[in-house]
Amino acid sequence: MIAFNHTDNRPLIELQGVTKVYGTGQAAMHALRGIDLRIDEGEFVAVMGPSGSGKSTCMNILGCLDTPTEGAYKFKGIEVGKLTRDQRTRLRRFYLGFVFQGFNLLSRTSALENVELPLIYRGVPTGMRRARALKTLETVGLKGWESHTSGELSGGQQQRVAIARAMVTEPAVLFADEPTGNLDTARSREIMDLLTGLNHDQGITVVMVTHEMDMAAYAKRTVRFLDGLVALDEQKGRTT
Amino acid sequence: MLWNTILLALRELKRNVMRSVLTILGIVIGVGAVITMVTIGGGATAQVKEQIASMGSNLLMVTPGKRLGPGQSSGTVLFKVSDGEAILREVSSIAVVAPVSSKSIQAVFGNENWSTTVTGSDNEYLKVSNRSIRTGRKFSDSELRAGAAVCIVGETVRKKLFGGQESLGGNIRLEKLSCQVIGILEAKGQNTMGMDQDDIVIIPLRTYQRRISGNQDVALFQVSVQQGASTDKAQQNIRLLMRERRHLSASDDDNFNVMDMKEIANMLTGTTQLLTALLSAVAAVSLLVGGIGIMNIMLVSVTERTREIGIRLAIGAFEREVLMQFLVEAVVLSSFGGLIGIVLSLTASVWLAGMLRVPFVFNASIVVVAFLFSAAVGVIFGYFPALKAARLDPIEALRYE
Repeated sequence: MIAFNHTDNRPLIELQGVTKVYGTGQAAMHALRGIDLRIDEGEFVAVMGPSGSGKSTCMNILGCLDTPTEGAYKFKGIEVGKLTRDQRTRLRRFYLGFVFQGFNLLSRTSALENVELPLIYRGVPTGMRRARALKTLETVGLKGWESHTSGELSGGQQQRVAIARAMVTEPAVLFADEPTGNLDTARSREIMDLLTGLNHDQGITVVMVTHEMDMAAYAKRTVRFLDGLVALDEQKGRTT
Repeated sequence: MLWNTILLALRELKRNVMRSVLTILGIVIGVGAVITMVTIGGGATAQVKEQIASMGSNLLMVTPGKRLGPGQSSGTVLFKVSDGEAILREVSSIAVVAPVSSKSIQAVFGNENWSTTVTGSDNEYLKVSNRSIRTGRKFSDSELRAGAAVCIVGETVRKKLFGGQESLGGNIRLEKLSCQVIGILEAKGQNTMGMDQDDIVIIPLRTYQRRISGNQDVALFQVSVQQGASTDKAQQNIRLLMRERRHLSASDDDNFNVMDMKEIANMLTGTTQLLTALLSAVAAVSLLVGGIGIMNIMLVSVTERTREIGIRLAIGAFEREVLMQFLVEAVVLSSFGGLIGIVLSLTASVWLAGMLRVPFVFNASIVVVAFLFSAAVGVIFGYFPALKAARLDPIEALRYE
């Protein structure tokens, strides 16, 4: 187990000169060319940028699914690049939540079972697991839909199940990859309200990738990627 | 956690009932074939053993001719009655010596006729071959001495010739000899070699010599050794006696043979067991094929569920947990196939045992072994697909369409 010090005042997430190169030699592709980024606890960050700008690569690194080629990624002061695959898995299991693009629920599996999944891997006992999953589903407004499989739910409902799955573990950070990408405006609003609520009420740090300006407007801070670099980093009200 | 994984695996298999059934078919057939073979083979072996026991203990057979190989002989010098008398007199610990000569002859009664084996011997033959008279009587001493025209018949002969009629006192014709039936043998069934032991007519040896063979020869002696005495020693002593009687010099080979019937029987048991093992090995190959079937389906399943694996890995499943999930799935599949195979094979064995007239011997250990083997097949053939699933890169897996 990795020891974390929760009391100190270090930033939750810190990238220092992070680069990511795919391939070698002539064919080398520089996805990230030196990113410095710092995200504190309780922030709501929107990550924007055209495709190929490196934002997805950056999200993968932030989500401990990938490691930087150079530079350091520190999560709660721990250098993630130096961890083994299992240790990174442990980080994701206990501290991170994911809302994927296109929902990515388990098919032919009920909403309840989908939400229970991360709790199973955390080793939460059955009774408590069920109770927490039910409560979270209620929070996202899906009371009564627990036994429906993903195929029987609408897109908006599926995304709410996905959010419930991500928040049921009460993670330190929630990563959302275009959570409203496949939804109409009304559904998108509902989802954004949910995320804002999570951030505001439960103090969960939210990092969200989006293409849409009006979705990014929900966030307190916007980071814009361009050609593997951070082109713009603006807090609501002030620009750095 | 393991119980959860098993439930998860069962749920996954239930989603694809048709595919699961087809997948385990190989295992079902493999396990079924192995158990059926072993069970039927075990039954046959048990039957052979039972027949050995019924053959009477400590039985030696003295036959003329040099032993060249199984069933072959040459340079035959036949025995006389006096040889048998000498064995009984000179060799210690001999209980009974029965002279035996026999020939295949058409037996006729009225309009019925039946080809059977006519054996010329005496009452000792009944003792040596562990047989008893069901109705009627044995030969009397005067009948034996005089070579009277009397006979004792086996159940098969009685049935074929007399059918429902009274047979005792009836006269049957054996070539030119017409003889009266004085006894019926207790039925004994087939012997180890599958011959009908009730297809027999016994007449006094002297009658046989005078009226059937026309000479004074005896084809072989059946000797039974006293209870508790060493068969090996008796065998050795008979050999020495016969060498002496035949004036064989030290450089000459035996021109006769003293065989221990138990050896022959044991050899037969060995053959049955070898055959069982061989057939089971062939059947086991189908288990292997079944295993490959499972690997195939598991690989398809891993590809189909790439996104699911990606989700699980991203959410915080360890590699070993994903590995375990797929491994358990494969093992559940194969063990399930094993269970079905066990049920089917036991049913088939009971039926087959009835058909082949061998006793049904339930062999618990082979059932357990077959089940464990089927589970092991799941582990072995499920491991590679499971490893493939666990090693997936979550980023790639999530992007997989």
